[in-house]
Amino acid sequence: MTPANFLPTARATVLELRVRNHPGAMSHITGLFARRGFNLEAIACAPMGDCATSRMLLLVAAEPRLDQVERQLARLHDVLSVSERPDLGPEFFAGMFVAASG
Amino acid sequence: MKTTGAILLRILLERQGIHTLAGIPGGAILPFYDALHEGPIRHILARHEQGAGFIAQGMARATGRAAVCLATSGPGATNLLTAIADARLDSVPLVAITGQVPQPLIGTDAFQEVDTYGLTLPITKHNFLVRSAAELLEVVPLAFQIAESGRPGPVAIDVPKDVLNALIEIDPDSLPAPGRALPVPDCPEAGIVALAAELAAARRPVLYLGGGVIAAEASALACTLAHRLQAPVVSTLMALGAMPPDDPLFMGMLGMHGGKGTNLLLEEADLLLAIGARFDDRATGKAAAFCPRARIAHIDIDRAEIGKIKTPVHGLTGDAADILRRLLAHLPVAPAGGAWRARAAQLRREHPLQVPPAAEDPLHPLNLISFLARELPATALVATDVGQHQMWVAQAFPFRRPRTLLTSGGLGTMGFGLPVAIGAALACPGRRVACVSGDGSILMNIQELATLAELDLPVAILVFNNANLGLVRQQQQLFYGRRYAASRFASVPDFAAVAQGFGIRGVRLDPGGDPLGELAAALAKPGPCLIDIPIHDAANVFPMVPPGAANHQTLTAPELEPATP
Ligand SMILES: Cc1ncc(C[n+]2csc(CCOP(=O)(O)OP(=O)(O)O)c2C)c(N)n1
Ligand SMILES: [Mg+2]
Repeated sequence: MTPANFLPTARATVLELRVRNHPGAMSHITGLFARRGFNLEAIACAPMGDCATSRMLLLVAAEPRLDQVERQLARLHDVLSVSERPDLGPEFFAGMFVAASG
Repeated sequence: MKTTGAILLRILLERQGIHTLAGIPGGAILPFYDALHEGPIRHILARHEQGAGFIAQGMARATGRAAVCLATSGPGATNLLTAIADARLDSVPLVAITGQVPQPLIGTDAFQEVDTYGLTLPITKHNFLVRSAAELLEVVPLAFQIAESGRPGPVAIDVPKDVLNALIEIDPDSLPAPGRALPVPDCPEAGIVALAAELAAARRPVLYLGGGVIAAEASALACTLAHRLQAPVVSTLMALGAMPPDDPLFMGMLGMHGGKGTNLLLEEADLLLAIGARFDDRATGKAAAFCPRARIAHIDIDRAEIGKIKTPVHGLTGDAADILRRLLAHLPVAPAGGAWRARAAQLRREHPLQVPPAAEDPLHPLNLISFLARELPATALVATDVGQHQMWVAQAFPFRRPRTLLTSGGLGTMGFGLPVAIGAALACPGRRVACVSGDGSILMNIQELATLAELDLPVAILVFNNANLGLVRQQQQLFYGRRYAASRFASVPDFAAVAQGFGIRGVRLDPGGDPLGELAAALAKPGPCLIDIPIHDAANVFPMVPPGAANHQTLTAPELEPATP
């Protein structure tokens, strides 16, 4: 269940990125959203097994420009792959929100 | 072999084939300057880091290969930013190397500390903060690889002073290979076949060339395609030189200051093939009204450009030269497109550029540009600054070859011209370089006259002097009720005397005498010179599509410009 005080945009979708794990990668990604005026509602990131890469999940508005968001992300040197995760909804982040407000 | 980070950096640059770079020293980068002192790389001492950045850009724009600029930490780095941002918007391969305070001091507001990494992040293709001398082995080749691969762009490398001073053991025989452009992934054949079918079926196709055609060295192929299809060609500012202006299919520049006939032709097109162009608002006008009757096809090396502004029916990602070559293989015979070609010729005839007769008004800017084109050798390069003079060059100078026009398209940076001309002259020894500037723009990097004097390069600076920020004044005249706020200069320097003060030949043309004779004589002499050309202060650039309007809503010269005083 989505807690009342976590309110993602009605139509939000989850993007999964595989990124190089080094300082700055996060700034490049969040900076891109700020610069291009895309919405970024939530973000989760964890290093993968080898620690050379990280997996990042982004909750973004499912707006018509989503394709453009994905292409711009894919252009970043530190981003190795971009895919949509229709199987994960805003609930995924709502769960995190509950855990964090524990 | 034991060496320092600074010497390793120099060795890695040498291995990249860098023989000239431009910069200004300062505390944080001094160890690297010390390393340069004993190597073969030629350092060009600019007089402002923005000048250094644009000198490097001049080298890169003239050759297509990544060039290097250098600055110290803090103000040195911030002074470079404009040149880096400019390179980003025009896809110019540039490697900017900055000194940084030693790592233990990072984050302490140390003397000349600024977050160069953070500042360059949004204006580079990629950027690095180097954390150890060993990291240089990876970062330097990678920076060049990124700058030159795919869609080119600037890369920034921030190097803390302790990294430059650090001792490192290297094996000179197993240094990393120089970074080079990676091969571009092939565009799938199916898309090419589909596009070929679409092109063959189109009745009124137009090719829309952008700077990517020049970057991909695909100009000749684009011209071949145009002739194969009998398709007229429109060009962005950045693609001027891709098709010779006297080609019967060439329709010139589109957009805000493009030809009226050119913009009208696009209203009638049924298929628009964009090649290495990004549907910039200066080219498209109001995007929703651009090419209203055309299906759109788009070839670009950057997938993110496809569909960014206009959704194409065919979007092909890849190297333009490769795609055009393969496309041509599917288009063997020329269709009979005579009517469309004739229509294009008619529009061109009906809407010529409005120019007063040269005999009546020899110092009209458009007449001056034509005169200049006749006087300059065919191999000359032309750098411009930003303003009316830039648009007059774009409208009237007959660029016949790629990389002969060097201009700030995307960022539109005043101050671009002089340092870029210096860089181009360094990269193209033996060729004349003209810098067409304005009385406003030239002052923005005037200090580089000292650099030019020192280098004694064949750069001729032509100041189109209207005692105005002319392009601003024009907009105020047309769209702000003639309220000329801050666009007219009450005092204009004696530019010829300024040049002489720097040790450069300076001439001011006398409109009452034989200005064109003086101009020709000044250009004929070797070496650098500045020629101050008084032009009418009310001359405007026409045609003009008002900002935000659709491209068919062209304003044309109400009457011919008044004669020069
Ligand atoms: C660095 C910078 N500041 C401001 C502008 C805005 N601007 C565009 S054209 C122009 C006037 C340029 O004057 P000048 O160089 O004399 O050229 P003219 O238009 O008179 O030919 C200005 C201020 C700019 N493009 N770049
Ligand atoms: Mg001016």
